[in-house]
Amino acid sequence: MTKLIYFAWVRERIGKPEEEIELPHDVKTVRDLLVHLKTLGEQYEAALQYPEVIRVALDQEHVEHHEKIGNAREIGIFPPMTGG
Amino acid sequence: MYGAPLVRVQMQDFDLQSEVDALIGGRTGIGAVVTFTGLCRDEQGALSALELEHYPGMAEAEMRRIADLAIERFSLQGLTAIHRYGKLAPGENIVLVIAAAPHRQAAFDGSSFMMDYLKTSAPFWKKEHKADGTTGDWVSAKDADDRAREKWR
Repeated sequence: MTKLIYFAWVRERIGKPEEEIELPHDVKTVRDLLVHLKTLGEQYEAALQYPEVIRVALDQEHVEHHEKIGNAREIGIFPPMTGG
Repeated sequence: MYGAPLVRVQMQDFDLQSEVDALIGGRTGIGAVVTFTGLCRDEQGALSALELEHYPGMAEAEMRRIADLAIERFSLQGLTAIHRYGKLAPGENIVLVIAAAPHRQAAFDGSSFMMDYLKTSAPFWKKEHKADGTTGDWVSAKDADDRAREKWR
């Protein structure tokens, strides 16, 4: 099981702050994961409508969409950051 | 000898002078201290608060990573970065960066670098709460912030 953790409007649209899911075997990269999540229902589709703007962190480190998920235990999914 | 950064993510306010005093810590080799304070800004009375959300753990780690880069790149003698979260009213503090160096240019550059990277890669998000009681939008990321970061490459 892999922990997914959502923030800001991604969290609001999906409707939960986090969840544990079993990643399908064909989900290898971050991009694969976003494509997979979009198939899980309307809420996921609304959150991930424009996957190119979505930022992802594997075990709390930023990664690009082409990178492999590997053995990450926690995957953070969120919009571009607006702190400061 | 470079200083280790002090990084904090907290709900409560910070006090500029006590953070400056703590950073200097009685050292006499520091010639320049630059401080930057970011405030919650109202736009024509329309905003009642900004709600700051963060990714606990990653926010601190990312700020520390950027602070370490700043210390090394500008040979800073110390760097403090404090970011608040929770619901903040207009006029309240959001973020504090203090950079200490032997000379002013490194202190200016170090604090500016810290802020430019913090804005685009530390996991914080702002949501607007309107003065009329409605919940507004999440603040959009700005291209200008990306450009500000790119100038350091």
